[in-house]
Amino acid sequence: MHEMGVAQQMVDIALDAIPVEIENPRVEVLNLRIGKLAAVVEHSLRFCMEIIAKDTPLEGARLVIDQVDVKARCKSCGHEWVVEGPAFRCPACTDGTVELLSGRELEISSLEIAD
Amino acid sequence: MEIKIQKRVLEANESMAEKNRKFFAEKKVFVLNMMSSPGSGKTETLCKTLSRIMPGIRTGVIVGDICTCNDADRLKATGAVAVQINTDQFGGDCHLAAHLIEKTAKELDLDNLDLLIVENIGNLVCPAEFDIGEDARTVVLSVTEGEDKPLKYPLMFRLADSAILNKVDLLPYLDFNAKEAVDNMTQVHPGMPVFELSAKTEEGFEPWINWLESKVRSKI
Repeated sequence: MHEMGVAQQMVDIALDAIPVEIENPRVEVLNLRIGKLAAVVEHSLRFCMEIIAKDTPLEGARLVIDQVDVKARCKSCGHEWVVEGPAFRCPACTDGTVELLSGRELEISSLEIAD
Repeated sequence: MEIKIQKRVLEANESMAEKNRKFFAEKKVFVLNMMSSPGSGKTETLCKTLSRIMPGIRTGVIVGDICTCNDADRLKATGAVAVQINTDQFGGDCHLAAHLIEKTAKELDLDNLDLLIVENIGNLVCPAEFDIGEDARTVVLSVTEGEDKPLKYPLMFRLADSAILNKVDLLPYLDFNAKEAVDNMTQVHPGMPVFELSAKTEEGFEPWINWLESKVRSKI
């Protein structure tokens, strides 16, 4: 629901990262990492990016999204696994204390500028 | 040419939340972020909670809604200090962000408060993603919703420190399976305390109040 705000932040961060010495830069690709637990809907984000990026060096840039699996570790037995459903109980020992290793990412990893 | 960035998109919110957390620690105010879907009974739960913990625990409330001051008016009637945030008159933001809390907290006399409760906007999705600088999160689910809500919105329940199952006085009239709902919550977040209560009748309130009071006392 807040994809428009996320898109705005992404464009701000990306524009800041473009070296000032590049004349008329054009960003071809924006590489993102989005965890499967992040509250972001991909098609909605693409739609919002199109609108926000208009008339900036990011206009028309391709969004390449690396979807990050939800991984967890059991604090009791050390077992690590990829969480497929919404259950966070350790499948090895069914103990309660579980920590999240990944899955909440919402990051810009890099951008690719046309030569 | 590829330029490495490696930046979190919500970094601006996260650093503001950290700043809020430090500020609240200096002021020795415990901050509770209360979240739920619309209509789960957050405001009524809060009104009854305030009448039990005040004046022993001096409490202020920040209430977030897209429109209206109805909730703040109801909370003020309990004698608590309540400030309303309206995110947008015509249907704006779906969550409270850290900068809104920073701005609004200045309207409260924090030196004379022990507890600040933030009643977030009714929504099980977005508020989970936005740290506001709180010490703990409580999510409210009511028995008129589905038992599987925790499974549908796992991030919210995964990040909560406690949960309330509200409106249990209605259980005799519904097909809702309370055990299944609690099981679903603890599947998503094993070990999370779940308080089954009714804000209307105040049945089951003691364990919730004890949890809240012990959290607040551990900070002030």
